[in-house]
Amino acid sequence: MKVLVPVKRVIDYNVKVRVKADGSGVDLANVKMSMNPFDEIAVEEAIRLKEAGKAEEVVVVSIGVKQAQETLRTALAMGADRAILVVAADDVHTDIEPLAVAKILKGVIDEEQPGLVIAGKQAIDNDMNATGQMLSALLGWSQATFASEVDIDGDTAVVTREVDGGLQTIKVKMPTIVTADLRLNEPRYASLPNIMKAKKKPLDEKTAADYGVDVSPRLEIVKTTEPEARQAGEIVGSVDELVAKLKEKGVV
Amino acid sequence: MAVLLLAEVTDGALALDATAKAVTAAKALGDVTALCVGASAADAGAEAAKIDGVAKVLVAEDASLGHRLAEPTAALIASLAGDYDHIVAPATTDAKNIMPRVAALLDVMVISDVSGVVDGDTFERPVYAGNAIQTVKSKDGKKVITFRTSSFDAAGEGGVASVETATVGASEGLSEWVEDKVAASDRPELTSAGIVVSGGRGVGSEEDFKIIEALADKLGAAVGASRAAVDSGFAPNDWQVGQTGKVVAPELYVAVGISGAIQHLAGMKDSKIIVAINKDEEAPIFQVADFGLVADLFEAVPELTEKLG
Repeated sequence: MKVLVPVKRVIDYNVKVRVKADGSGVDLANVKMSMNPFDEIAVEEAIRLKEAGKAEEVVVVSIGVKQAQETLRTALAMGADRAILVVAADDVHTDIEPLAVAKILKGVIDEEQPGLVIAGKQAIDNDMNATGQMLSALLGWSQATFASEVDIDGDTAVVTREVDGGLQTIKVKMPTIVTADLRLNEPRYASLPNIMKAKKKPLDEKTAADYGVDVSPRLEIVKTTEPEARQAGEIVGSVDELVAKLKEKGVV
Repeated sequence: MAVLLLAEVTDGALALDATAKAVTAAKALGDVTALCVGASAADAGAEAAKIDGVAKVLVAEDASLGHRLAEPTAALIASLAGDYDHIVAPATTDAKNIMPRVAALLDVMVISDVSGVVDGDTFERPVYAGNAIQTVKSKDGKKVITFRTSSFDAAGEGGVASVETATVGASEGLSEWVEDKVAASDRPELTSAGIVVSGGRGVGSEEDFKIIEALADKLGAAVGASRAAVDSGFAPNDWQVGQTGKVVAPELYVAVGISGAIQHLAGMKDSKIIVAINKDEEAPIFQVADFGLVADLFEAVPELTEKLG
């Protein structure tokens, strides 16, 4: 079985996000970028399937600016076999919407015919939480989102999902789309020798036009603003003082 | 303008709080039809009909819709979509699973986690873990939206909507439900609780999380946790408050042993009053807290539990 993993290049999760003063967006110039953390978990899961003998090949795909090939090299260094970069934007500030990403991925999947797609549940930049579900709809496949455990058994997969109030286990027909939640696994760090090896692994470059997909956005970004800041309050000296303050506010 | 709202129904029962909050957001867009889906959903439909602002209720009952699996539920909603300009739901994990699939079936972009309605085409939503608020204007003919429930007050009761039955198509049987593992608890639900007490890495162990739970039980509060506490195995994932967990906005939020990472703040900074208890006076949580107590939580929390109530 071939496993396909889409990965996104996003602002590093440790970087403080700065909203541009003119309201046009978030400043991404000269900011550290990394692989979306949920996508790292997806890559890790795919590699573990290969190590367990349940998958033969792990193909990673990124859609966005040319620089996303760094993200793909990271996935290759972790252990993916092959990468496909679909260049769909020139400016690092252009975010390709999940619907367009899903359409391009459908094109890639039509060519590659994977038996399983594992995606991150959400990108930490646009926080849409949509690409996996949309791709599944376009393919007419089953979907198993927010996964914390995946067990592939022939032509079905049993997936435990993180849902409100606890966990849900479902059984889905293969091929399927799984989206990874936090507790699915802990991604490995790439070793230096593997980083060197990754440089020689195949990376194909394509464009959105190769798949006949129009990537123009459906949502026009009118403006981007800072959220209302909260003011720091007061430091109380004791538990008694805290209890008195809370009673004064009428919340306890 | 007509709005189809996917009511939150769990095992045949209406989740009133989440649904009523989404109704408040949806009312601004047009006449609201609440869709109740499940293996049994008639009781939920009767409940939904009483929500102020619901003009009509559609009940869709079929064995294939039990547990609201994404594939048949999205197919049903897409089949009903013709009559509506907006198709909306509260941003629960169920809706986050279903609504993007609906949007793709209709060839439109989903607008997730909307925190404000500007007009019928224009919406505000948090991005970058709530570190920025984006205003987006949809060019799509139909809008598929999930509403962040913590941003809206629940609509009241007193409505008398008519209830009709929706036709359910055949299921493709792509997936089947196996089991739910729901933590049995007498505590209020995290996203609708009036008070939330959360513990972080500073609590130190699953065992010591009991002091957080004791304070919560004294206050009739829900229990939350930071991602660090969940990652460390001190608390289950469905307690997680933050960008990658639940977003809450209670009257009172008590953060214990939580440093206040950006990702946690994203999930609780809209709370009305925030209390922080942490031994590190430099912890960023104090910058957003209304009342801060610099103290050892193992002394302060039991004392607080004892002195409250």
